[in-house]
Amino acid sequence: MIASASYDIPTNIAFGIVAAGMIFAAIRVVTTKNIVHAALYLVLVLAGVGINFLLLQAEFLAITQFLVYIGAIVVLFLFGIMLTKAPLGQSDELDNPSQKPIALLTSLGLLGVIGASQIVTWKDTRIVLPSGGSLNTQSVSDEIFSKYLIPFEVVSVVLLAALNGAIVLARRD
Amino acid sequence: MLLIQFLMLSAILFSIGVYGVLVRRNGVLVLMSIELILNAVNINLVAFGTASGPSGQVFALFVIAVAAAEVGVGLAMLLMIYRNRRSIDIDQLDELKG
Repeated sequence: MIASASYDIPTNIAFGIVAAGMIFAAIRVVTTKNIVHAALYLVLVLAGVGINFLLLQAEFLAITQFLVYIGAIVVLFLFGIMLTKAPLGQSDELDNPSQKPIALLTSLGLLGVIGASQIVTWKDTRIVLPSGGSLNTQSVSDEIFSKYLIPFEVVSVVLLAALNGAIVLARRD
Repeated sequence: MLLIQFLMLSAILFSIGVYGVLVRRNGVLVLMSIELILNAVNINLVAFGTASGPSGQVFALFVIAVAAAEVGVGLAMLLMIYRNRRSIDIDQLDELKG
Protein backbone atom coordinates (compact mmCIF):
# COMPACT_ATOMS: atom_id res chain seq x y z
CA MET A 1 0.00 0.00 0.00
CA ILE A 2 1.35 3.40 -0.99
CA ALA A 3 1.88 5.79 1.90
CA SER A 4 -0.79 8.47 1.97
CA ALA A 5 1.59 11.45 1.60
CA SER A 6 3.08 10.31 -1.73
CA TYR A 7 -0.32 9.07 -2.94
CA ASP A 8 -1.89 12.47 -2.40
CA ILE A 9 -0.52 14.64 -5.21
CA PRO A 10 -1.15 12.29 -8.19
CA THR A 11 -4.68 11.53 -6.96
CA ASN A 12 -5.42 15.23 -6.58
CA ILE A 13 -4.25 15.90 -10.15
CA ALA A 14 -6.32 12.99 -11.46
CA PHE A 15 -9.30 14.16 -9.45
CA GLY A 16 -9.05 17.69 -10.87
CA ILE A 17 -8.91 16.51 -14.49
CA VAL A 18 -11.75 14.01 -14.04
CA ALA A 19 -13.93 16.44 -12.08
CA ALA A 20 -13.56 19.17 -14.74
CA GLY A 21 -14.51 16.69 -17.46
CA MET A 22 -17.47 15.41 -15.45
CA ILE A 23 -18.88 18.89 -14.80
CA PHE A 24 -18.51 19.85 -18.48
CA ALA A 25 -20.20 16.61 -19.61
CA ALA A 26 -22.99 16.96 -17.03
CA ILE A 27 -23.76 20.49 -18.21
CA ARG A 28 -23.85 19.21 -21.80
CA VAL A 29 -26.29 16.43 -20.74
CA VAL A 30 -28.83 19.00 -19.58
CA THR A 31 -28.23 21.62 -22.30
CA THR A 32 -27.50 19.81 -25.59
CA LYS A 33 -30.12 19.97 -28.32
CA ASN A 34 -29.36 16.47 -29.64
CA ILE A 35 -30.86 13.70 -27.53
CA VAL A 36 -28.36 11.01 -28.61
CA HIS A 37 -25.48 13.32 -27.68
CA ALA A 38 -27.07 13.71 -24.23
CA ALA A 39 -26.93 9.93 -23.74
CA LEU A 40 -23.28 9.81 -24.87
CA TYR A 41 -22.28 12.70 -22.57
CA LEU A 42 -24.01 10.78 -19.77
CA VAL A 43 -21.50 7.96 -20.43
CA LEU A 44 -18.66 10.42 -19.70
CA VAL A 45 -20.24 11.48 -16.40
CA LEU A 46 -20.84 7.87 -15.31
CA ALA A 47 -17.27 6.89 -16.22
CA GLY A 48 -16.01 9.84 -14.18
CA VAL A 49 -18.02 8.66 -11.19
CA GLY A 50 -16.42 5.21 -11.62
CA ILE A 51 -12.93 6.78 -11.66
CA ASN A 52 -13.81 8.67 -8.47
CA PHE A 53 -14.71 5.34 -6.86
CA LEU A 54 -11.30 4.00 -7.90
CA LEU A 55 -9.59 7.03 -6.32
CA LEU A 56 -11.45 6.23 -3.09
CA GLN A 57 -10.28 2.57 -3.34
CA ALA A 58 -13.80 1.22 -3.89
CA GLU A 59 -12.76 -1.14 -6.69
CA PHE A 60 -15.80 -3.45 -6.60
CA LEU A 61 -18.14 -0.47 -6.79
CA ALA A 62 -16.14 0.98 -9.70
CA ILE A 63 -16.45 -2.25 -11.71
CA THR A 64 -20.18 -2.41 -10.88
CA GLN A 65 -20.54 1.19 -12.03
CA PHE A 66 -18.89 0.44 -15.37
CA LEU A 67 -20.85 -2.77 -15.94
CA VAL A 68 -24.31 -1.74 -14.74
CA TYR A 69 -24.41 1.93 -15.73
CA ILE A 70 -22.31 2.16 -18.88
CA GLY A 71 -23.03 -1.38 -20.03
CA ALA A 72 -26.72 -1.66 -19.27
CA ILE A 73 -28.47 1.58 -18.33
CA VAL A 74 -27.07 3.70 -21.18
CA VAL A 75 -28.11 1.00 -23.66
CA LEU A 76 -31.57 1.07 -22.06
CA PHE A 77 -31.66 4.85 -22.60
CA LEU A 78 -30.68 4.44 -26.25
CA PHE A 79 -33.50 1.89 -26.66
CA GLY A 80 -35.89 4.35 -25.03
CA ILE A 81 -34.79 7.11 -27.45
CA MET A 82 -35.25 4.75 -30.40
CA LEU A 83 -38.63 3.31 -29.37
CA THR A 84 -40.20 6.70 -28.65
CA LYS A 85 -39.03 7.99 -32.08
CA ALA A 86 -37.33 11.04 -30.61
CA PRO A 87 -35.96 13.58 -33.12
CA LEU A 88 -32.45 12.32 -33.88
CA GLY A 89 -30.88 15.56 -35.15
CA GLN A 90 -30.85 19.02 -33.61
CA SER A 91 -34.19 19.84 -32.03
CA ASP A 92 -35.57 22.81 -30.13
CA GLU A 93 -38.41 20.75 -28.67
CA LEU A 94 -36.30 19.21 -25.87
CA ASP A 95 -36.29 22.25 -23.57
CA ASN A 96 -38.97 24.39 -22.01
CA PRO A 97 -37.51 27.91 -22.37
CA SER A 98 -40.06 29.55 -20.07
CA GLN A 99 -38.82 27.44 -17.15
CA LYS A 100 -35.12 28.23 -17.65
CA PRO A 101 -34.84 31.23 -15.26
CA ILE A 102 -36.67 29.56 -12.41
CA ALA A 103 -34.76 26.28 -12.91
CA LEU A 104 -31.44 28.16 -12.91
CA LEU A 105 -32.46 30.01 -9.75
CA THR A 106 -33.51 26.77 -8.02
CA SER A 107 -30.39 24.81 -8.90
CA LEU A 108 -27.97 27.64 -8.05
CA GLY A 109 -29.77 28.24 -4.76
CA LEU A 110 -29.58 24.55 -3.96
CA LEU A 111 -25.86 24.51 -4.82
CA GLY A 112 -25.30 27.56 -2.61
CA VAL A 113 -27.08 26.06 0.38
CA ILE A 114 -25.52 22.58 0.09
CA GLY A 115 -22.06 23.93 -0.71
CA ALA A 116 -22.00 26.51 2.06
CA SER A 117 -23.17 24.07 4.73
CA GLN A 118 -20.67 21.43 3.59
CA ILE A 119 -17.77 23.90 3.49
CA VAL A 120 -18.62 25.10 7.00
CA THR A 121 -18.84 21.55 8.35
CA TRP A 122 -16.15 19.58 6.48
CA LYS A 123 -13.64 22.30 5.46
CA ASP A 124 -10.46 20.68 6.82
CA THR A 125 -11.38 17.00 7.00
CA ARG A 126 -8.85 14.85 5.15
CA ILE A 127 -9.62 11.47 3.64
CA VAL A 128 -7.30 8.91 5.19
CA LEU A 129 -7.55 5.70 3.18
CA PRO A 130 -7.01 2.72 5.52
CA SER A 131 -3.97 0.63 4.63
CA GLY A 132 -5.22 -2.70 6.01
CA GLY A 133 -7.60 -3.43 3.14
CA SER A 134 -10.72 -2.76 5.22
CA LEU A 135 -12.42 -1.22 2.17
CA ASN A 136 -11.67 -3.99 -0.32
CA THR A 137 -14.08 -6.34 -2.05
CA GLN A 138 -13.81 -9.02 0.60
CA SER A 139 -14.85 -6.74 3.42
CA VAL A 140 -17.70 -5.31 1.34
CA SER A 141 -19.08 -8.78 0.66
CA ASP A 142 -18.62 -9.78 4.32
CA GLU A 143 -20.64 -6.72 5.30
CA ILE A 144 -23.42 -7.41 2.75
CA PHE A 145 -23.87 -11.03 3.76
CA SER A 146 -23.72 -10.51 7.52
CA LYS A 147 -24.82 -7.10 8.74
CA TYR A 148 -26.89 -6.05 5.70
CA LEU A 149 -28.37 -9.42 4.72
CA ILE A 150 -32.01 -8.34 5.13
CA PRO A 151 -31.63 -5.10 3.08
CA PHE A 152 -29.88 -7.22 0.43
CA GLU A 153 -32.86 -9.60 0.24
CA VAL A 154 -35.26 -6.64 0.13
CA VAL A 155 -33.31 -5.17 -2.81
CA SER A 156 -33.64 -8.45 -4.69
CA VAL A 157 -37.42 -8.37 -4.10
CA VAL A 158 -37.48 -4.76 -5.37
CA LEU A 159 -35.62 -5.81 -8.53
CA LEU A 160 -38.07 -8.69 -9.09
CA ALA A 161 -41.07 -6.38 -8.61
CA ALA A 162 -39.58 -3.81 -11.01
CA LEU A 163 -38.93 -6.52 -13.61
CA ASN A 164 -42.53 -7.77 -13.41
CA GLY A 165 -43.86 -4.20 -13.41
CA ALA A 166 -41.88 -3.24 -16.51
CA ILE A 167 -43.11 -6.36 -18.37
CA VAL A 168 -46.75 -5.74 -17.36
CA LEU A 169 -46.55 -2.06 -18.37
CA ALA A 170 -44.82 -2.49 -21.70
CA ARG A 171 -46.65 -5.62 -22.89
CA ARG A 172 -49.06 -5.24 -25.80
CA ASP A 173 -52.36 -7.05 -25.27
CA MET B 1 -7.24 14.27 -0.55
CA LEU B 2 -9.72 16.48 1.20
CA LEU B 3 -13.25 15.25 1.85
CA ILE B 4 -14.70 18.56 0.67
CA GLN B 5 -13.52 18.13 -2.93
CA PHE B 6 -15.68 15.03 -3.38
CA LEU B 7 -18.60 16.64 -1.54
CA MET B 8 -18.46 19.74 -3.75
CA LEU B 9 -18.24 17.69 -6.97
CA SER B 10 -21.26 15.74 -5.81
CA ALA B 11 -23.19 18.94 -4.93
CA ILE B 12 -22.44 20.40 -8.38
CA LEU B 13 -23.62 17.22 -10.15
CA PHE B 14 -26.77 17.18 -7.98
CA SER B 15 -27.62 20.79 -8.88
CA ILE B 16 -27.05 20.16 -12.60
CA GLY B 17 -29.38 17.16 -12.35
CA VAL B 18 -32.08 19.24 -10.63
CA TYR B 19 -31.75 21.86 -13.40
CA GLY B 20 -32.20 19.13 -16.01
CA VAL B 21 -35.29 17.70 -14.32
CA LEU B 22 -36.88 21.14 -14.19
CA VAL B 23 -36.03 22.41 -17.68
CA ARG B 24 -36.29 19.36 -19.97
CA ARG B 25 -39.53 18.42 -21.73
CA ASN B 26 -38.55 15.05 -23.18
CA GLY B 27 -39.26 12.22 -20.69
CA VAL B 28 -36.08 10.25 -21.49
CA LEU B 29 -33.93 13.33 -20.77
CA VAL B 30 -35.68 13.79 -17.41
CA LEU B 31 -34.73 10.20 -16.53
CA MET B 32 -31.10 10.93 -17.52
CA SER B 33 -31.06 13.94 -15.18
CA ILE B 34 -32.37 11.72 -12.37
CA GLU B 35 -29.40 9.41 -13.03
CA LEU B 36 -27.08 12.41 -12.51
CA ILE B 37 -28.72 13.03 -9.11
CA LEU B 38 -28.41 9.37 -8.03
CA ASN B 39 -24.73 9.26 -9.02
CA ALA B 40 -24.03 12.41 -7.01
CA VAL B 41 -25.47 10.66 -3.96
CA ASN B 42 -23.23 7.63 -4.61
CA ILE B 43 -20.07 9.78 -4.62
CA ASN B 44 -21.13 11.21 -1.26
CA LEU B 45 -21.80 7.77 0.22
CA VAL B 46 -18.42 6.37 -0.85
CA ALA B 47 -16.49 9.48 0.23
CA PHE B 48 -18.04 9.42 3.71
CA GLY B 49 -17.66 5.63 3.82
CA THR B 50 -13.85 5.87 3.75
CA ALA B 51 -14.02 7.05 7.37
CA SER B 52 -16.27 4.26 8.65
CA GLY B 53 -15.55 0.99 6.87
CA PRO B 54 -17.42 -0.65 3.99
CA SER B 55 -20.98 0.41 4.97
CA GLY B 56 -20.93 3.37 2.59
CA GLN B 57 -19.99 1.14 -0.35
CA VAL B 58 -22.77 -1.33 0.56
CA PHE B 59 -25.37 1.42 0.50
CA ALA B 60 -23.99 2.77 -2.79
CA LEU B 61 -24.51 -0.73 -4.23
CA PHE B 62 -28.12 -0.67 -3.03
CA VAL B 63 -28.60 2.75 -4.67
CA ILE B 64 -27.22 1.35 -7.96
CA ALA B 65 -29.69 -1.57 -7.81
CA VAL B 66 -32.65 0.72 -7.07
CA ALA B 67 -31.56 3.09 -9.86
CA ALA B 68 -31.54 0.20 -12.33
CA ALA B 69 -35.08 -0.76 -11.27
CA GLU B 70 -36.18 2.86 -11.51
CA VAL B 71 -34.86 3.26 -15.07
CA GLY B 72 -36.57 0.03 -16.17
CA VAL B 73 -39.98 0.99 -14.80
CA GLY B 74 -39.59 4.63 -15.89
CA LEU B 75 -38.82 3.70 -19.50
CA ALA B 76 -41.74 1.22 -19.54
CA MET B 77 -44.04 4.04 -18.38
CA LEU B 78 -42.66 6.37 -21.06
CA LEU B 79 -43.32 3.69 -23.69
CA MET B 80 -46.94 3.44 -22.49
CA ILE B 81 -47.31 7.24 -22.67
CA TYR B 82 -45.82 7.25 -26.18
CA ARG B 83 -48.13 4.44 -27.29
CA ASN B 84 -51.23 6.29 -26.05
CA ARG B 85 -50.34 9.85 -27.10
CA ARG B 86 -47.67 9.59 -29.85
CA SER B 87 -45.45 11.98 -27.87
CA ILE B 88 -43.42 11.95 -24.63
CA ASP B 89 -43.55 15.70 -24.10
CA ILE B 90 -44.26 15.75 -20.37
CA ASP B 91 -45.52 19.34 -20.49
CA GLN B 92 -48.58 18.06 -22.35
CA LEU B 93 -49.46 15.60 -19.57
CA ASP B 94 -51.55 18.14 -17.66
CA GLU B 95 -54.88 16.36 -17.15
CA LEU B 96 -54.54 16.77 -13.37
CA LYS B 97 -54.48 20.57 -13.72
CA GLY B 98 -57.82 22.07 -12.63
